[in-house]
Amino acid sequence: MSIIIDKNSKVLVTGLTGRIGSFHAEEMREYGTNVVGGVTPGKGGTTHNGLPVFNTVKGAVAETGADLVIAFVPPPFAADSIMEAADAGIRTCVCIADGIPAQDMIKVKRYMRRYKSENRMRLIGPNCAGIITPGEAFAGLMPPHIYLPGRVGIIGRSGTLGYEAASQMKERGIGVSSSIGIGGDPINGSSFKDILELFEADPETDAVVMVGEIGGPQEAEAAEYIRDHMTKPVAAYIAGLSAPKGRRMGHAGAIVSAFGESAQEKVEILGEAGVTIVPTPSSFGPTVEKMLAA
Amino acid sequence: MDIHEYQAKELLKRFGVNVPRGGIAYSPEQAVYRCSELSGDKWVVKAQIHSGARGKAGGVRICATEEEVADAATWMLGRKLVTHQTGPQGKLVSRLYIEEATSIAQEIYLAFVMDRKLERVVVVASAQGGMEIEEISEKEPESIIRSVVDPAVGMQAFQAREIAFSLGLDAALINQAVKTITGCYRLMEETDANMVEINPLVVTSSGEIVALDAKLSFDDNALFRHPGISELRDKSQEDPRETYAEDRGLNYIGLEGRIGCIVNGAGLAMATLDMIKQAGGEPANFLDVGGGASPERVLMSFKAVLNDKNVEAILVNIFAGINRCDWIAEGVIRAVRELELTMPLVVRLSGTNVEEGRKLLADSGLNIITADTLAEAADKVVEAWKAARDA
Repeated sequence: MSIIIDKNSKVLVTGLTGRIGSFHAEEMREYGTNVVGGVTPGKGGTTHNGLPVFNTVKGAVAETGADLVIAFVPPPFAADSIMEAADAGIRTCVCIADGIPAQDMIKVKRYMRRYKSENRMRLIGPNCAGIITPGEAFAGLMPPHIYLPGRVGIIGRSGTLGYEAASQMKERGIGVSSSIGIGGDPINGSSFKDILELFEADPETDAVVMVGEIGGPQEAEAAEYIRDHMTKPVAAYIAGLSAPKGRRMGHAGAIVSAFGESAQEKVEILGEAGVTIVPTPSSFGPTVEKMLAA
Repeated sequence: MDIHEYQAKELLKRFGVNVPRGGIAYSPEQAVYRCSELSGDKWVVKAQIHSGARGKAGGVRICATEEEVADAATWMLGRKLVTHQTGPQGKLVSRLYIEEATSIAQEIYLAFVMDRKLERVVVVASAQGGMEIEEISEKEPESIIRSVVDPAVGMQAFQAREIAFSLGLDAALINQAVKTITGCYRLMEETDANMVEINPLVVTSSGEIVALDAKLSFDDNALFRHPGISELRDKSQEDPRETYAEDRGLNYIGLEGRIGCIVNGAGLAMATLDMIKQAGGEPANFLDVGGGASPERVLMSFKAVLNDKNVEAILVNIFAGINRCDWIAEGVIRAVRELELTMPLVVRLSGTNVEEGRKLLADSGLNIITADTLAEAADKVVEAWKAARDA
């Protein structure tokens, strides 16, 4: 069932002892997530809310067998934290930080290529709300009660807009297999296409909802994959139809700088690939319902 | 963050790139004094604004006498120059750069950009300098040379040589070109620039490679480690509404409409603007209050929105994850009371502590229109705005 995270995932929280990391770790545990410990350099050997704290990710992996890291590390130190997780043999790292320098992300992506693809960590984010498999576990900031367990996957760049999609679906009794926030930065760990591949292969997912926005080539790349390889139906909403050209709309990556990056163009490209377009942010529910009935 | 041409040239010089001699002037008298300092018999007066295409707007003038320099300076200073990059309101010229004139034998386009698909820095060059890159890609697409930099080792000399030879440069100029190209890359890397654009990079008639114009843009997310670059910020070049909000840590973008927006999350904020438009209104701004917004932060957001005198109605749209609807409601109530808000206000709350939030609003006794969904909120704010406008 689901992709990337489930009730068996052993979750390690980097930045556990900070205010934000501490708060969200408790929320995650309350939901049933198997949080096995945290990392704060210099606080190794202590405990925090009953969880063991380690100095290094390697040390934590050796003791706890952790396979998923959620990084609540401030942007200036986040790249280092991601690379540490990759080097410690972590399978998935979810990075929340909003504001990592683009050149740091270029280095992170280059660094991860040191590992053979079968040993390479999957990076989700940065600048994302996290990931959830409803009814099992989550690693992120989301209010988990808005997700009904079910069989539709969600992939979104924006956190709150992803909530909007999930809650509209819940109102109509449509559940979610897993929801993955890929983040709003110009250079990120996993693209729409990377996650679409996982949902396509997941026997417990029947359809996928994409929540995209202006800027960057990833929606167009996803369209190509959907057209050529996807057997499951996909619906997509693209935010920013009214965004002025050349302005950065909040997310570092939400800026139109090349052909195919405006909302109109993305909608057109996705439509041509056979994707059902969600016309407004208020119509996730009805659009997905109609698509599933077809 | 953008900086002025003269600041960009100062940085380029530090990284070994040749630039023409010049000096800054804030008055016509200073401009004339710069000419005597530079000596020679021809000067260029350049308006310093954060925009390209200044020439077409009258912001670049070649002068042969000191009187002409004084005239050009008098005309430019205090004027708002309008280019296709500034928007109709234009940008204020408050400083000039006076340069020695350069005699040009060849013009080259050279830029370093972040390629989002390759996730690398890409060098873009063309022997058809002087035109904008959009124009080059349209008219002379085969003249464009691209080279991708491996971030593990940085730009290599052989890559710079390949670019220089592809540009058709004379063999005697190759070493100078390599120094220029690798210097620009080091500048990009060491200062966390998003873009370095030199257009044109010229070969002078005496065989020197010189950056005649330069545009640098920096990664806002990396300014924390470049205090020297942050200091180059010029607030006079920004939308004052945005400066006000940014100085208070708010993510705000000024637009042209009448309906002010306060939303949490960049994606939801973008979608809210789309919905307002769909409902027949025009948004006045983009504003993301961010996660964990306190009542104080909500109040501050209202102040930022109302700082735009065009605003005639306000929509607050919150889907609380890490936010709390009761805090948001508290902030809204404080804002209405403290700012004595009389224009239509629509509030849509959803997510964490939504019941508490809605109750606070209902119990406040204030004239606040509430909505359950985004569509309802957009319809209501446009309707209320029209009703107030026509009243």
